[in-house]
Amino acid sequence: MPRTPLEPRFTIEHLSILDSDGNLDTALEPDLPADELKRLYRAMLLGRRLDERMVRLQRQGRIGTFAPIKGQEASQLGSVSTLRPTDWMVPSFRETAAMIWRGWPIDKLLLFFAGFLEGGQPAPAQHDLGITIPVATQLPHAVGLAYAAQYRGEDAVVMAFFGDGATSEGDFHEAANFAGVWHVPVVFVCQNNQWAISVPLKKQTHSRTIAQKALAYGFPGIQVDGNDVLAVHAASREAVERARAGGGPTLIECVTYRLGVHTTADDPTKYRTDEEVAEWARKDPLTRFTEYLRKKNLLEDGLEAQVDAEIAEAIRRFEATPPPDPLAIFAHAYAELPPDVAAQRRELAERLQAPPPRRADEEHPPAPPMRGQRMTRR
Amino acid sequence: MAVMTYREALNLALREEMHRDPRVFVIGEEVGLYQGAYKVTQGLLEEFGPERIVDTPIAESGFTGIGIGAAMVGLRPVVEMMTFNFALLALDQIVNSAAKMNYMSGGQYNIPIVIRGPGGPAAQLAAQHSQSMETYFYHVPGLKVVRPSTPADAKGLLKAAIRDDNPVIFIESETLYALKGEVPDDPDFVIPLGQGIVRREGTDVTVVAYMGMLYRALEAAEELAVEGISVEIVDPRTLRPMDTELILASVRKTHRAVVVEAGAGFAGMGSEIAACITEQGFDELDAPVERVTGESAPMPYARNLEKAKTPSKEKIVAAIRRVCYANGNGS
Repeated sequence: MPRTPLEPRFTIEHLSILDSDGNLDTALEPDLPADELKRLYRAMLLGRRLDERMVRLQRQGRIGTFAPIKGQEASQLGSVSTLRPTDWMVPSFRETAAMIWRGWPIDKLLLFFAGFLEGGQPAPAQHDLGITIPVATQLPHAVGLAYAAQYRGEDAVVMAFFGDGATSEGDFHEAANFAGVWHVPVVFVCQNNQWAISVPLKKQTHSRTIAQKALAYGFPGIQVDGNDVLAVHAASREAVERARAGGGPTLIECVTYRLGVHTTADDPTKYRTDEEVAEWARKDPLTRFTEYLRKKNLLEDGLEAQVDAEIAEAIRRFEATPPPDPLAIFAHAYAELPPDVAAQRRELAERLQAPPPRRADEEHPPAPPMRGQRMTRR
Repeated sequence: MAVMTYREALNLALREEMHRDPRVFVIGEEVGLYQGAYKVTQGLLEEFGPERIVDTPIAESGFTGIGIGAAMVGLRPVVEMMTFNFALLALDQIVNSAAKMNYMSGGQYNIPIVIRGPGGPAAQLAAQHSQSMETYFYHVPGLKVVRPSTPADAKGLLKAAIRDDNPVIFIESETLYALKGEVPDDPDFVIPLGQGIVRREGTDVTVVAYMGMLYRALEAAEELAVEGISVEIVDPRTLRPMDTELILASVRKTHRAVVVEAGAGFAGMGSEIAACITEQGFDELDAPVERVTGESAPMPYARNLEKAKTPSKEKIVAAIRRVCYANGNGS
């Protein structure tokens, strides 16, 4: 018997609408109202300015380690802006701009990166999960949220973020497989920023694209220019609408670049060249979108100063927050405190109220009880 | 009261809780059409449909993570591990997500999930399927860990676990599924998590044991009764949170303690209980606390080697005699 090709033959598309030289494909240009374009631009600018400011705050020791987003603003905002508030957003750890779009206050994010528990707490009605650090583990959660939405007859769509490195994790493949088999409304948004810390994409996967991995699980995948906010928005809107209409999951690969460090604990000069970074800086998502809006006469005067003032005010609120009560470590360890943990909490509370111990040279400490001395009686 | 098997008691608990609370659903490998690898979910697909009895691909991390996601928004998943040894594939989801989500979300997302299935030494299930899996979980703050030894406990504790707002690790045993016992009919019969039970009253020595080891300890106690040694047996039932008060109360009465566990002893449950007795009851003791544990080796497949690796009645008897300073001749 001869070998026969199976139908359908699979193809993967790449979508680009506004390229790095400012060329616009007007046939594909999404029909976004002026207010929406301005809102997107403001969010991208805020994301960029906050990111730069946060790196300085970290260098000054005012916040802890975090993962900067510089260069990935279009991937995050083009996608998340297609969700309704009742949809679910599931971030990994590099989605500052997307989280702010979804309503996370800036000062709350700063609190998170300064180690405050309340920084990780979404508002009660907010349909977002918190920052996830273990790579790809949020993706099965996203499928679980979608399953729960279907279980309850809700029409919510779930959008889950992750990076190129996460596509090597088992949880990515397990989540994609479940999403395909169950046909649940999940949009997987991969921000392919080319580097998983020091490991380049070509050492991460031998696939030609990340988008094509969706085909193995029986649902559509598309590659978009992740630095083109219009392309990301168009692809995401299509995927979200399809999911809401019962058309199942989609994988969107946003081809982008991390212009900064992996986290503030990283030094990318050790593994990539200045030339490569300069090449991608030329493709900056903010630059081309600024030019696009300039041509439409939608740029607002003084926007940068306005955004900086908003950030400064958030930093002021963040830094005015009193340090957390040490007893907060027990607050949510369990839904209710089991007896042994409650006992530890009481001990810590007593220790915190006790006067500071005397210095050894002030007074000799009392002798400890002799070994074998009975402390209790039968 | 009705007499039923441990397996039927679990099945009844699931059925009652699914009728009581529409948020409860069961997810795992072979739980639906096949009725469960050990038939714990017998008849449930027919009764509740495929939306609530969910067969999955072979992907423990995936379906555990899906359960966690569903639990975050208020469903109450019961995740079945075909054997609890497979939970190792879901360890990150359990330890880093289920146990910590409530804490890391500032109390916004608690995880009312039950992860259940059989674990511990059984009958020639060999190195990778015979592990006392509780040791991997009770160390983790945020988790509760249950090991039910009787049919009544299986029902009462599983119902409590499903109603609990925390992630609960619920480890059954292949060797107990066919065990018969009296089980209360009351649909609100629930055994609170964290409450142990005295299985046998005695005055000379406290033996702490659960699951298969409980039954071996009961046999040892019968044998020693003939010699005039009166053994009290405490079954903790929940390993975390543990009913340390019950254990200490027993030790205050007997002044001697032996802890039995099926798994390897290093950093095992016996270590924790022995430490607890030593810290809080040292002055009550008339002898050092003894531990009887499995050998520190992978579980062999061969029947005779499996037997040699697992604590025997003889080993328990010998430990009890040592703490009682008895030579076995009744003197």
